[in-house]
Amino acid sequence: MKILVTVKEVATVEDEFEIEGTAIADQYLGADLNEWDDYAIEEAVQLQEDGIADEVVTVTIGPEDCEQTIRQALAKGADRAVRIWDDSLEGVDLLDVNAKTEILSAVIEEEDPDLVLTGVQAGDDSFGATGVSVAEHLGYQWGAVVNHLEHDLDDGVASVRRELEGGVEELTDVELPAVLTIQTGINEPRYASLRGIRQAQRKPLDVQGLDDLGVDDSAVDSDLELTDMYEPESESDVTVWEGGAEETAAELGDLLRDKGVAP
Amino acid sequence: MSDVLAVADHRRGELRDVSYEIITAGRQLADETGGDLHLAVISGTVDDFAEKLNREGVDAIHTVSHGEEFNHDVYTQAITQLYDELAPQFVLTPNSVNGLDYAPAVAKALDLPVVTDTVGLETDGDTLVATREMYGGKVETTNELSGEAVATIRGAEWPAAEGTGDASVEAFDADIDEDAVGSTVTGFEEVGGGDVDISEADVLVSVGRGIEEEDNLPLIEELADALDATISSSRPIVDNGWLPKNRQVGQSGKVVTPDVYIAIGISGAVQHVAGMKGSDTIVAINTDPNAPIMDIADYAIHDDLFDVVPALTEEFQ
Repeated sequence: MKILVTVKEVATVEDEFEIEGTAIADQYLGADLNEWDDYAIEEAVQLQEDGIADEVVTVTIGPEDCEQTIRQALAKGADRAVRIWDDSLEGVDLLDVNAKTEILSAVIEEEDPDLVLTGVQAGDDSFGATGVSVAEHLGYQWGAVVNHLEHDLDDGVASVRRELEGGVEELTDVELPAVLTIQTGINEPRYASLRGIRQAQRKPLDVQGLDDLGVDDSAVDSDLELTDMYEPESESDVTVWEGGAEETAAELGDLLRDKGVAP
Repeated sequence: MSDVLAVADHRRGELRDVSYEIITAGRQLADETGGDLHLAVISGTVDDFAEKLNREGVDAIHTVSHGEEFNHDVYTQAITQLYDELAPQFVLTPNSVNGLDYAPAVAKALDLPVVTDTVGLETDGDTLVATREMYGGKVETTNELSGEAVATIRGAEWPAAEGTGDASVEAFDADIDEDAVGSTVTGFEEVGGGDVDISEADVLVSVGRGIEEEDNLPLIEELADALDATISSSRPIVDNGWLPKNRQVGQSGKVVTPDVYIAIGISGAVQHVAGMKGSDTIVAINTDPNAPIMDIADYAIHDDLFDVVPALTEEFQ
């Protein structure tokens, strides 16, 4: 069985930041492996260790800068990586769900995996929609917000749990091939070992452009246009206790006594 | 004129709150251009649901009686067929776990753009202006789409529709292709049971990512002991396996309403806030003065929890 994992390098923002136009100013931005994707990678690697998956391939849309993040996925145990980048993607500040779907679907068609694992959402734009959109586009089955996957996919069925609201889980059987969007907490993502990090440097990382995939440049034209970005107006009427830890702790102590809940 | 087709959410025989909120969101959007609001209710006891959903502002309710529980293939087929029949400009669905399991598929099947987790929607009839957050709530953005679109709405952002409506209720005879249904729900399970019920506590000492390491948890335990309080947590602590699931506050955990909720090293993601905003008094201890938790906190200490928590423990020992 072949598993494909979508891996995104997400932008992270410092506590204090400034907005320039419709983006956060560069100097306040960092980059990291998307938290949800980390769990998806781990699930795929565990399926491989359990002898269920033969090959784990990652796919990432991103510039050369994000190869460090891709190497993290390889160091954790993925076998090889595909990175998609194209001049037409330069300077695009928001790639919407349909654009991502077009690009990722082209790679998935080429790779023909039995199972695609994505994170539930990306930590930066948080659409939470691409995995299901890809599945519908390709005629794969799917399951969204999966927090348990039985490692027994023999009959061409993935038995999963979907994490609903309010502490309820739905038990669902999904026919393969399928896309599952993976929720945090499904497993415990490993740290890459030193050996893994060394091996990752030698694993194949194939770079493809939109032409190579047969995707038209127009696919990256988002339907969605980002027109404004601002800090949300705080509705806060919070009382901030100032001073050193002992003073603020004393304030909180007084509050608890006032409320009659102090021991 | 922009007609709106909104979809209700239900589970195990109960309509979820967002089903009433989506009526308000859909009515507002339809009103901006004098359009109609259609509401779809799919699977389960649809006639009973339709009666409950017949509140002020709904023009028509379309019931699709097929199966008991949610199935994304049934929903996707029913909604795309309703769309073909009604030709609305906008399809609205809840941004619930189930909404995210069919809304993107509906958009793809209809070749429409999709915008998720919206907290505000406006239209002039041509363009949809959707407000949504990015970077875990650090910023809000406006996004424009022209023409038809699918949008999912965040729960508890719009007030629930009230009153009694006079919508027409029509059974819609959707042609569900069973061969295309590729997933089967086999059951449900309540998780997070156990000996402790955090929803019963008067004081919750709630710990988040700011605690950094499992080895630091005794700090929180000592405080809880000193205060005779109960420990709860945000999601990452449970994801890491540092505390059991029955301690988790939030959308996928428990909803709590203690007298005092002390949020320690919790940034206040919307999913967490959904579970604790009903607390009488909220105190936040966090180094980041801009953390979203500050928006709903009554009192705050902008300081290092590793300094404040031991000082507080000492205060009560």
